[in-house]
Amino acid sequence: MLVYAGKRLLMTIPVLLGISIIVFLIMAMIPGDPVTAILGSYATPENAERLRDQLGLDRPLVEQYLIWLGNVLQGEFGRSYNLNRPVIDEVLERFGPTLLLAGTSLILCTIFGLLAGVVQAVRQYGWQDKLISLLVLIGISTPSFWLGIVLVLLFAVELGWFPASGMFAIYGGGGLGDLLHHLALPAFTLAVVATGVIARLTRLNMLEVLRQDYVRTARAKGMGERTVIMKHAFKNAAVNVVPVIGVQAGFVIGGAVYIETVFQWPGIGRMLVTAISTRDVLLVQGGVMVVAAAYVLFNLIADLVQHALDPRIST
Amino acid sequence: MTAIAQRASGRRRRSGRPGIWARLSRNHLAVVGLGIVAGMCVLALMTPLLPLADPNATDLAARLKRPFTDGHLLGTDQLGRDMLSRILWGARVSIAVGAVATIVAATIGSLIGIVAGFYGRWLDNTLMRGVDMLMAFPYMLLALAIVAALGPGLLNALFAIAIVNIPFFARSVRGVTISLVRLEYVDAARMSGLGNGRILFSEILPNVVPVIVVTMSTTLGWMILETAGLSFLGLGAQPPQADLGSMLGDGRKLAITAPHVATIPGLVILVLVIGINLLGDGIRDVLDPRLKSGALSRPRAMTEVAPAAMSQPERSAHSNAALALDRLSTEFRIGHDVYHATRDISFQVAPGECVGIVGESGSGKSVTAMSVLGLVPTPPGLIAGGQVVYQEENLLAAPLPRLQQVRGGQIAYVFQDPLTTLNPLYTVGDQIAETVERHQGLSRRDAWQRAVELMESVHIPDAAGRARAYPHELSGGMRQRIVIAMALANDPDVIIADEPTTALDVTIQAQVLKLLDELRRKHNAALVFITHDFGVVSEICDHVQVMYAGEVVESGRVQDVFERPLHPYTRRLMSCIPQLGRGRNPIAAIPGLPPAVNDLPPGCPFAPRCDVATAACTPRPISLAPHGEGREVRCIRPGESPA
Ligand code: SF4
Repeated sequence: MLVYAGKRLLMTIPVLLGISIIVFLIMAMIPGDPVTAILGSYATPENAERLRDQLGLDRPLVEQYLIWLGNVLQGEFGRSYNLNRPVIDEVLERFGPTLLLAGTSLILCTIFGLLAGVVQAVRQYGWQDKLISLLVLIGISTPSFWLGIVLVLLFAVELGWFPASGMFAIYGGGGLGDLLHHLALPAFTLAVVATGVIARLTRLNMLEVLRQDYVRTARAKGMGERTVIMKHAFKNAAVNVVPVIGVQAGFVIGGAVYIETVFQWPGIGRMLVTAISTRDVLLVQGGVMVVAAAYVLFNLIADLVQHALDPRIST
Repeated sequence: MTAIAQRASGRRRRSGRPGIWARLSRNHLAVVGLGIVAGMCVLALMTPLLPLADPNATDLAARLKRPFTDGHLLGTDQLGRDMLSRILWGARVSIAVGAVATIVAATIGSLIGIVAGFYGRWLDNTLMRGVDMLMAFPYMLLALAIVAALGPGLLNALFAIAIVNIPFFARSVRGVTISLVRLEYVDAARMSGLGNGRILFSEILPNVVPVIVVTMSTTLGWMILETAGLSFLGLGAQPPQADLGSMLGDGRKLAITAPHVATIPGLVILVLVIGINLLGDGIRDVLDPRLKSGALSRPRAMTEVAPAAMSQPERSAHSNAALALDRLSTEFRIGHDVYHATRDISFQVAPGECVGIVGESGSGKSVTAMSVLGLVPTPPGLIAGGQVVYQEENLLAAPLPRLQQVRGGQIAYVFQDPLTTLNPLYTVGDQIAETVERHQGLSRRDAWQRAVELMESVHIPDAAGRARAYPHELSGGMRQRIVIAMALANDPDVIIADEPTTALDVTIQAQVLKLLDELRRKHNAALVFITHDFGVVSEICDHVQVMYAGEVVESGRVQDVFERPLHPYTRRLMSCIPQLGRGRNPIAAIPGLPPAVNDLPPGCPFAPRCDVATAACTPRPISLAPHGEGREVRCIRPGESPA
């Protein structure tokens, strides 16, 4: 297991390099003079000169990339002129809330998605299957930013059960209870689409697995239906669903951009949206790089979980 | 003869696959989806022609009117603009942007996929590594980064969304292209001097189109959602241009005072995407054979049993039998067709005795075995009639809990191919211990101990170590021994072995046969042995039932049947026994195929393949008649050979 984890960790290096190339190239896509774009209204001649020198803009592209990569590896993503602080400080500060939001959603959608899919498969063509199918269809077709607004109107404005926005109450806030209270609506909203996707896939895999010979063997041994479904079928279905949960992590992190905007969640997604509108390019670059790296890590974890579940995957 | 041939060809015609549209229209949900999508598209196209207010005409006096006010069916927004008109114009933009993004992504992605799949090697490597890199980003994040570089705007948003969707097309199209390139006819086209370009267009492209359509139908919904999302964030459509997303984004700030401004555009997106997804699911079901519905129905815990098969047996009718089947009939109901998989199967097996059931695949021998303990998958299986008598009880009438006691307890199965019949994710020891635990109520540790003993009893060396192995870590012969150990776990009275040696090579086969034989003698268990191989029957069985097209056509003591087969089919089967030095004769040595059991001829089903058939064989059913001591045969010319 450890050997495998080590190997997989090494394999993320080329992926991370590839990501860095794309992030770097996106900068190069900026039309016109990047220095003007980055500095915007802060483009005094001295600033421009300093930045031009820093980025090595008069050198060939490959050299520029290597300079940039060298800086990134030292945690140096440049400076946000709008916020007047280093990019890395801002990104790290915003990353925690996003991780909390996306992580909670991911846990929610994993639990409910797997559960719903299993129920559907076991009650195939029954009313439970049909009802969940309908909910799943609506779930995966819902614009999450719209759902967020509707839920705020309903549960925050009308019923007053949950706060409408933010991470903590402004007065007398703080503490875990307050945090969870604020987290509930955004985390749920963010989980809806991924829950639908996971439920669909779980249903399909369960149906596939329940037709396998080893399920018949378990029944022929006289095992109870609960054992047949939860032990013999579910684990096999889960092996196929787990990598998709890893992929869903990407959708959840991406979707967090909307949810953070709707719920005024102080995460990296909202930071990115603001940074894009103010054309704070270095901040975007740093944010995207860090989040993408986190996603690679998420997938690594999903991979290790799958490996732990399935003895057939060779080390 | 000709009548049968005609019926056979008629059958083929009936089962021919209906066209794509016919199949799509049979899926009601897809039709609903198509209705929604078509309706929306027509509305969007006709918007300029409709008598609507100018979507950009502001009227501050009439700000934020609620829906259903005079002159504004859906109310007005913060600048007093008519919502209905704005929504229709906005939907037009959203649909157009989503569609164009899909087409752009499909074109570029498919091109990458085809080129990578067709030319392979370094080109494939380079292109697909690039695609992998795109996939390594969280979905929306890359789109954001691209918009960040290009600047906000509808066209840039479209471009960004198209780029992040390219990988989905590239991957699926590459997969199909590679499988096509491997096909012979592409090779043939190449040999015949067709240029690569011609092959791409004439051979590859037409076959790749369904995959592209399926991918489009799944991604179109996302792309509409995501472009709306970018507009919602203020990074897509810029005023005065408006799509549904930007309307929602503008309305958000007034959500509390005037909820309709934000909620209605979102509702329109929701309905549109639901329509697209319904239609997309329908298209996928039709075009993607892996997902053909019906193919995926879940088998229930036990086979459905018709009331006719639930009667209790006469006392002591089968007093000395360990297991008796009495007129057992099992059907498969698929759509409107009824497949009579087995009809009126009767035989019994005494303790310590071995009965062989022989026949080609499709003869109903496995279905017979599975029916005994309700293991025929339902749907589509149904036990239509008969009895399975074990200890004076008709097992067909037993409820599931009772059946579960008998399964693996008093009656145990040994299945074919042990690689698929063992669960790949659990150790073999666990899978044996599990059944011991279940039936004998032993603790986990004692059950494990018993499992190791059982493995030793089937001559597995280093049983304690092997118990911790996973099925894939063992050899085929070893796995088959595990399966046998599993069957023996609770000292069963009856063992039903379904082709237990087919997946093994000849030496291992002999060992496994010897083992089974030894065990049934030691435990005095009754053995029902199912096989297509008459040679195996002669080695281990006392009695034999020969099955053809779901019926027993001949039965008797193995010795007698071997000395003088009565049914022409038996005679043919026996000529297929592998003979020393001549290798194995494949079973297909019998010309022709068994008839489909949903469309049986009125007379003898073997007639089309029979070399001694006469006119008297076909008009009416042939019954199973006694023939000498302890023998029965279903043939009007028993024992005759061709002139
Ligand atoms: S009944 Fe006629 S057709 Fe059937 S096996 Fe006997 S001889 Fe052949």
